[in-house]
Amino acid sequence: MVPIQVRLPIQWLAVPLVCMMSVTAFAASDSTWQMEPMKPDLNDVDSLQRGLALYANFCIGCHSLQYQRYERTADDLGSIPHDLVLENIIFTDQRIGDYMTTSMSEEDAKAWFGAAPPDLTMVTRVRSPKWVYNFLKTFYVDESRPYGVNNKVFPNVGMPHVLLPLQGISEEVCYGYATVDVLDRLSAFDAAEQEGVTDSIDRLQGRDLNCPEIRVIPGSGLYSVEEFDQAAFDLANFLHYISDPSRQKRKALGTWVIGFLVILLVLAYFLNREYWKDIHNDKPD
Amino acid sequence: MTESTDRQGFISRCRTWVDARFPWTDTLDRHATKYYAPRNFNFWYVFGALAFFVLILQLVTGLWLTMSYEPTGEGAFRSTEYIMREVEFGWLMRYLHSTGASAFFVVVYIHMFRGFAYGSYRSPRELIWLIGMGIYLVLMAEGFFGYLLPWGNMSYWGAQVIVSLVGAIPFFGPDLMEWVRGDFVMSEITLNRFFALHVFALPGALVVLVFVHIVALHHVGSNNPDGIEIKAKKDEKGVPLDGIPFHPYYTVHDFFAIIVFLIIFCAVVFYAPEMFGYFIEKPNFEIANPLKTPEHIAPVWYYTPFYAMLRAATFPLFGVDAKFWGLVVMAGAILIPAALPWLDKSPVRSIRYKGRISKLMLGMLVTSFVVLGYLGTIPPSPFATLVAQIGTMIYFSYFLLMPWYTRRERTKPEPERVTG
Repeated sequence: MVPIQVRLPIQWLAVPLVCMMSVTAFAASDSTWQMEPMKPDLNDVDSLQRGLALYANFCIGCHSLQYQRYERTADDLGSIPHDLVLENIIFTDQRIGDYMTTSMSEEDAKAWFGAAPPDLTMVTRVRSPKWVYNFLKTFYVDESRPYGVNNKVFPNVGMPHVLLPLQGISEEVCYGYATVDVLDRLSAFDAAEQEGVTDSIDRLQGRDLNCPEIRVIPGSGLYSVEEFDQAAFDLANFLHYISDPSRQKRKALGTWVIGFLVILLVLAYFLNREYWKDIHNDKPD
Repeated sequence: MTESTDRQGFISRCRTWVDARFPWTDTLDRHATKYYAPRNFNFWYVFGALAFFVLILQLVTGLWLTMSYEPTGEGAFRSTEYIMREVEFGWLMRYLHSTGASAFFVVVYIHMFRGFAYGSYRSPRELIWLIGMGIYLVLMAEGFFGYLLPWGNMSYWGAQVIVSLVGAIPFFGPDLMEWVRGDFVMSEITLNRFFALHVFALPGALVVLVFVHIVALHHVGSNNPDGIEIKAKKDEKGVPLDGIPFHPYYTVHDFFAIIVFLIIFCAVVFYAPEMFGYFIEKPNFEIANPLKTPEHIAPVWYYTPFYAMLRAATFPLFGVDAKFWGLVVMAGAILIPAALPWLDKSPVRSIRYKGRISKLMLGMLVTSFVVLGYLGTIPPSPFATLVAQIGTMIYFSYFLLMPWYTRRERTKPEPERVTG
């Protein structure tokens, strides 16, 4: 059954974006946040190296990349000298040939966060680079959450806004109420009225505020908006590399393999034609 | 001059020596140089050779994967990533193997369609057809067992869903399910036995069945797009007038086809090995987690037509759960092509000379199969279920109505000799 969509009373009629609401209604609802496009670029070694540095500084404290070794990463990302990596990327007693694991124990993680933070080696293959990019950018202040922040792409995520010092404080920008499923809504109203709870309607409406944007408070972070976008891109790009480190090599090799096959195809075509000449000349009538 | 004569002499002496002890030349003659295949094979006839090629590819890449794979709950997922990252060209072996699984079904489905269209199952080729059905069943099982091995979350839940189907069988279901899994839940024990079946028992069965399939084929001779027997007209030496030696004519032909196939295949392997989630599904990059069900569990694309038919059975019957009837419908759908040799009553073999109803039915069969295949990949909805039910009816009516429509329709006369 198709849910019937109606627009409930809107208080801020003056808001010029009202007409956009029907379009952004779905975007405002949690899991369908309109994600910004992001196209990873594995040829941008600078970006991948910056991503590695950011990961080492902000992520690996909790999130392992347990299937990938430091050495392979250093060699793939523009042959970074190993002593540079040991000095600037590895902050523990791990060696260059070790897997990129967090030093936080699983027991501690469970005690502190309720669940161990997931390994991120293949996060861009389970989700997508675009998802990671948007996830990193869409933390916003939400006092109702344990860490004081929520996320637009992954609602109610149990993770603090680790990049907050870089991005700064970001808040939701709301435009009135969202359109909602009328059937669910009416029954909720009925229940509220029967119980004589007068303010519940407002509370119900408040829950469906239409907040299609988040905005960073200027000057609250170390990075400008553009710089932070670049940092989020670098991290997502780096994780895209980590998810399948032989991707570039594979594509390069593919060109040679298919090139060889095309040449072989031409030869096979003429070989075939040469043999079949006798058969075609000798057709029954 | 003398040198080359000597070498010739040496090779021919070797051949004589071997032939006295093993039917080497005789075997080559029988299966290649003096195996007379109809001269009018077309595009659809390369898929048998392609299936054979993919079988070899899977055996070879599978062998290499086995060298580094670890069939344990702890090690399966980790060793898969180890192959992807640390084994030299391990990623290539893995992608060739995972893409090869899908390619196997692509070529086998087209190979089967060829048989449907040109009546290759008709007498005296019933046994070839039945052995082929055996290959198909083993192949489905092989794919199913293999899909669990990377121990990703979709591996785990896909296998869980399919194994739980066994539980729908009345009375014995729950016990049988436990017996299949070897445990109360999907576990390392299940993984171990699936591994043993996937790398030892079923490939062995496949190789034997393929061998028997080809022996039977070479015994009765190949059918052709006209569906007439080329052995009916022979020259004075006993060679069919419309027959040509398999080697070299069809070996060069198949060689060309294999290269075309490889170009398409390699484009997938090197540029889109996940095939947008159809060949390797996204949740399979997460380790198996019994506590985290993927949002939408769908089998890999080559099972989805049957999965859609399974889900199309939505009502209980005779006091037995709908799930059980779904299982019956699915098993019936997979097995029913085996009855084709006895369902087809047409005086002609090939679709070229059959009547309009046969052509229409075959077209509808293919359409329903493709539509069902799509429906099996999407989450169920009332509309999708209705379409799947209609599709299931069309699929079965191709077979069940065949004795009626093949007898009733007007056919065209078959030619004396092969055409084109």
